[in-house]
Amino acid sequence: GPLSAQPLMDVKLGELPAWLITCNFSLQGMLGGVQKAWSSYYNKYINVKRGGPAGISMLLAGYCLLSYGWNYQHISKISFLVSV
Amino acid sequence: VLHATRQLHTTQQRLAPLPPLPEKGGEVRHGLIPEEFFQFLYPKTGVTGPYVFGTGLLLYLLSKEIYVVNHETVAAICILSVIIYGVKKYGSAVADFADKLNEEKVAAALAVKNEAINSLETAIEEEKKEQWRAEGCSYLFDAKRNNVAMLLETNYRERLLTVYNEVKKRLDYQVAMQNLKRQKEQDHMIQWVEKSVVQSITPQQQKESIAKCILDLKALSKSAQAAV
Repeated sequence: GPLSAQPLMDVKLGELPAWLITCNFSLQGMLGGVQKAWSSYYNKYINVKRGGPAGISMLLAGYCLLSYGWNYQHISKISFLVSV
Repeated sequence: VLHATRQLHTTQQRLAPLPPLPEKGGEVRHGLIPEEFFQFLYPKTGVTGPYVFGTGLLLYLLSKEIYVVNHETVAAICILSVIIYGVKKYGSAVADFADKLNEEKVAAALAVKNEAINSLETAIEEEKKEQWRAEGCSYLFDAKRNNVAMLLETNYRERLLTVYNEVKKRLDYQVAMQNLKRQKEQDHMIQWVEKSVVQSITPQQQKESIAKCILDLKALSKSAQAAV
């Protein structure tokens, strides 16, 4: 419907549950969503004539944050903090 | 089940030529945060809003030990400073080099296209010339037709001459035959007349004629003697 056709940025905060319901949570749907997100990011920041450091640096920063989040448990242990 | 009724192309713009790439990517401030974030906070908090938000977030993470300061922090600071220094110093050079590579690719493709256009144009010129030549064929065929007509005429005249000669020969033969026949008849008749005349001279007549001749000769000899 018209709600799922808008990009996620245009969906208002109050309509978020409704939008979540319309979403397709099967494997194909998830893969399609990931594909759409990647292609929109790619076409906006990387697939241009005169790009800059922004395109890849955002990806690297996201990777840093993600890996920090995954390793937080290990980093915050006292044994680790004392050993280094 | 194949959804045959589903539209395969949802937008109009999938056809060639492809739309050109956008000149610049989305605006990003400090290389990490998209402009949209700043624009999103601008109506409520003005220009300094996102920076205050960032500072507050950083202090919160540090104070609550959500971000732990350890050896990795020092390493991250060193690496980031080196990276930023490198990008600031050599960024434009690398960008120019990449642009030059792109230019070369585009120029090569353009050269191929121009080459193809030129070759096709020369092909068109050649084709027109061939068409003009083909028009000249009609003159050639006229000349050939004249040649053939001439040959036929000559042949006809030769044969006419042969016919005339042959007919003349046959007619001459007939004429010669008639002449020969008349000649032979004449000769034969003369001979026959002579023979009959000779036969009709009796011996008596022969003696009388010989005596007459002798008398005539004597008379003549007398007159001759007298003349001498």
